Amino acid sequence: MKQFIIFVQKEFYHIFRDRKSLLIIIFMPIVQIILFGFALTNEIKDSDIAILDNAKDGASGEIIRRLDASRYFNAARYLHTQGEIETAFKTGKIRLVVVFQPGFRAALLHNNHAQLQLIADATDPNTATTITNYAASIVRDYQSDLNLLVQTPYLITPQIRMLYNPQLKGAYNFVPGVMAMILILISAMMTSVAIVREKEINTMEVLLVSPLKPFLFILSKAIPYMFLSLVNVTTILIVSVSLLEVPIKGSLLLLMAEALLFITTSVSLGLLISNVTNSQQTALMISLMGLLLPTLLLGGFMFPIESMPRPLQVVSNLVPSKWFFIIVKNVMIKGLGFKMVWKETLILFGMALFFLAVSITKFKTRLA
Amino acid sequence: MNEPVIIANKLTKRFGDFTATNEISFEVKKGEIFGFLGANGAGKTTAIRMFCGLLLPSSGSATVAGFDVFKQTELIKQNIGYMSQKFSLYEDLTVKENIRFYAGIYGMSRRLIKEKTGPLLKQLNLLSEANMLVKSLPLGWKQKLAFSVAVFHEPKVVFLDEPTGGVDPITRREFWNLIFQAAERGITVFVTTHYMDEAEYCNRVSIMVDGKIEALDTPRKLKQSFNALSMDEVFLQLARGAKRAGD
Repeated sequence: MKQFIIFVQKEFYHIFRDRKSLLIIIFMPIVQIILFGFALTNEIKDSDIAILDNAKDGASGEIIRRLDASRYFNAARYLHTQGEIETAFKTGKIRLVVVFQPGFRAALLHNNHAQLQLIADATDPNTATTITNYAASIVRDYQSDLNLLVQTPYLITPQIRMLYNPQLKGAYNFVPGVMAMILILISAMMTSVAIVREKEINTMEVLLVSPLKPFLFILSKAIPYMFLSLVNVTTILIVSVSLLEVPIKGSLLLLMAEALLFITTSVSLGLLISNVTNSQQTALMISLMGLLLPTLLLGGFMFPIESMPRPLQVVSNLVPSKWFFIIVKNVMIKGLGFKMVWKETLILFGMALFFLAVSITKFKTRLA
Repeated sequence: MNEPVIIANKLTKRFGDFTATNEISFEVKKGEIFGFLGANGAGKTTAIRMFCGLLLPSSGSATVAGFDVFKQTELIKQNIGYMSQKFSLYEDLTVKENIRFYAGIYGMSRRLIKEKTGPLLKQLNLLSEANMLVKSLPLGWKQKLAFSVAVFHEPKVVFLDEPTGGVDPITRREFWNLIFQAAERGITVFVTTHYMDEAEYCNRVSIMVDGKIEALDTPRKLKQSFNALSMDEVFLQLARGAKRAGD
């Protein structure tokens, strides 16, 4: 225990005396959030939608057929009551619910005006906007086809509701994304660099000759960076709530606990990297290419995973950030409880355990 | 004084086809200063790393402080000090912090560390530099500090791998005074060096050529048997036959 305290203390000396790195670590999250404030456009393919057809007549049937036939949508579920809409969003991969009013066709034919409701999951506002636009244009197509046959135009007015994020703020999407990115960067990169530095300045040799246990060494290297990462989570949350007005809808405690789990996963990845390299440069490169890039590309917050080719979708399951991103979105933005994210939590937990076990067993206590 | 602290018996390390150390055998007694000489690439560092538990020997046997280098490396680690040829203190830590860190790693109590730090700083003439970062010290001072840190926890044996590389003659002399003091306290000193004047300071010297120990005796007897005036000549006579190029 004494060894551990003295080692952690030494690590903090390193961190606090390297002012430049410390400034980067502390201010990077803020800069990133500002940078990512400008969201990207994206196209959606084969989104699962649910139908609540209160009309069940020829007109609603035709619109459903057209939606399902388009390459954008896949009518995955048919709902029966208004109450099922919320559950459809929370449990399934449903991105859009189409609601037909009772007597849809009759209203259309007799009043020349019928209403149709499109409800989208707007935790990802870009996707939600795109999806509702696609759906609305399919409905318009049907409408203009009808109008060819008659003199008085029939009017269907789609009514759109953006669920969870009525103002369509990009921040609702990128705050969880930046959080995943910063944490994987700080925790994994800094931990791996901190260990590899000991190899570079030859103190590693002396430490290996000392009675210090490898497990203690790894733990004392990890703890300071886990602490810094928690500071970063707090900064990101404060900036998000105060400047970007993104609320924390779910439990803050659950959110912090999940963040800690993700940090542990990242730190274990950092340890793994430090095992395979002897120079800080290489450790940096591996962290950037091997961790940051997959997080950006396959994490789900820049490019929707649904529209990726199947093999990439499978690969994305190996990226820890993807699961953390889902968790943060569900807990922070949608306000869901642990019951709704236990699967993702379990996956992250498994990953952390696996990486930690591998890096501890692979840790070389000898030179060759 | 006569109990052996290091025993090596046909200790061998092979890397693939290359035999870095070839069946070396010797004993080092308590409190002895044992010089381990050899040209670059002769296998000195490999041997030292095997004794410290950094490398697993390929064959043969050895004990350090009574513990087996194959099975009891953790026990060995608690009983030795080590200073590598490359400088190994933390440059962004102060003199005091370095002492406290390494002493703490060896499990010394806070009280004992405090008690011993003052006299050590005084002895090294570093009292006014105690709270300065190590990177601001001259190399010679750093080396003396590194040695003092390596024996701070009073190990049974201290292994020094070319400790005086790049240091001026006066500082080297001061460095060796520290070694003599450590040996007087009963710490066995196992030291590799390139400097033949340093070899004269050792109680006994072994000379390695191409992974084998070619000569082992007191500097005086070595000079007699090789009919040489200095250790330099002894070394040259032996090392001239070496086949391995230096690294």
